[in-house]
Amino acid sequence: MRPGRAFLAALGRELGIAWRRRGELLQPLLFAALICAMLPLALGPEAARLRPMAGGMAWIAALLAGLLGLEALFRRDAEEGVLDQLLLAAVPLPLLFAAKLLAHWLAFGLPLALLAPLLALWLGLPPAALPTLLAGLLLGTPLLSAIGGVAAALTVGIRGSGILLVLLVAPLYLPVLIFGAGAVEASLSGLPARQPLMFLAAALPAAAVFAPWAGAKALRAVAT
Amino acid sequence: MKGWLTAIHRLASPPVFYRVAGGLMPWCLALALLGGAIGLGWGLLYAPADYLQGESVRILYVHVPSAWMSLTIWAAMAGAALVALVWRTKVAEVLAVAAAPVGAAFTAITLLTGALWGRPTWGTYWVWDARLTSELVLLFLYLGVIGLHRAIEDPRRAARAASVLILIGLVNLPIIRYSVEWWSTLHQPASVRLTGSSIHPSMLWPLLVMAAATKFYFLWAWLARARVMLLATESHKQWVRELLEGARA
Repeated sequence: MRPGRAFLAALGRELGIAWRRRGELLQPLLFAALICAMLPLALGPEAARLRPMAGGMAWIAALLAGLLGLEALFRRDAEEGVLDQLLLAAVPLPLLFAAKLLAHWLAFGLPLALLAPLLALWLGLPPAALPTLLAGLLLGTPLLSAIGGVAAALTVGIRGSGILLVLLVAPLYLPVLIFGAGAVEASLSGLPARQPLMFLAAALPAAAVFAPWAGAKALRAVAT
Repeated sequence: MKGWLTAIHRLASPPVFYRVAGGLMPWCLALALLGGAIGLGWGLLYAPADYLQGESVRILYVHVPSAWMSLTIWAAMAGAALVALVWRTKVAEVLAVAAAPVGAAFTAITLLTGALWGRPTWGTYWVWDARLTSELVLLFLYLGVIGLHRAIEDPRRAARAASVLILIGLVNLPIIRYSVEWWSTLHQPASVRLTGSSIHPSMLWPLLVMAAATKFYFLWAWLARARVMLLATESHKQWVRELLEGARA
């Protein structure tokens, strides 16, 4: 099979599975909304207090909710023997891994990136900062999927890997959070938000190159 | 050149490494103890107090070398991890993961001594400064490597998975190194450089002695841990059996 067609086939398979379990896709979105609903209860409902935090809180909600789908990313594939087939396939493994990451972002990352700005508005984010927040999330959530996917590959086959996965992923998520939330912060205080967004935009192609390679390395390291 | 290559090749064999490391260890320990005694005595008792920081400057004779070690150890692990993933040698796998607890300890010491120094000097134990935060992230990365390595039962798989994580975590090193230059927050930039250090020789020398002592301590601890791990993974091999019989006899 030609690599391009194999990539599309793998992507189609992943998206088909995600669509058949579409109920599960709603869970992270509900979780993100719940986190944002807890904030006014914890900090007090005054709009003046919530407004400066709204952007950062939306980022944290998206980030934490994104962790939910990670553990399951390779679990079923490993249990059903699909993973062994992927490892044996005549197609380069990084390519198949890239399809997996793209499907994961489309199923989990993109909905969260679109929902989080609404949650931020709900918490009182000034609409002027909305484009910055959305741009940051659209650039940042693929990075989260890439980092999370590699970490999930490292923990394939470990029983009860959930907490370990969070421990591995969270430190690596921080730079994305710093630049994403930093961009919102900058635009709220009237500063140009270009620089942090540029950092994210630069990290994205780097992740697109290195994450599939590292993920394939990780799968081979753990599985063979 | 040829001789060096064969020497390195031979070191990749577990029994040879075990023997060579065992021969190096006493020297490393002796140098570490000697350097530690001189450096600590010099720094804590004889070096002058700072005219701004007063006596609390003495904490830095522990803090700064530990901070250097927290980065150096990750770099050393990354070197071993790369070799482990490319050439799949057992010794490199063991070396990559054996250093993690030592690195985590140095990182924890850096954070603790930094907090103790920060209280009298900055007026606070902790601030969310770029360098402090990235050093904390480094501690979590070390713990992540240890956790991942422990979670996988097969030792070779565990070491290889940890090696991938170590290489990914390498991204954090330049962030810590340059954090004080990129973001001008509370932590001051480096005052010790290869050329033109901005601190007085009476403080620089004990610091450098401590830096050397921590390096030798790390080498000793690294080799000791790697030897034990190597024995565990190779326990079914002939050379380990012969070694144990020799120890019993």
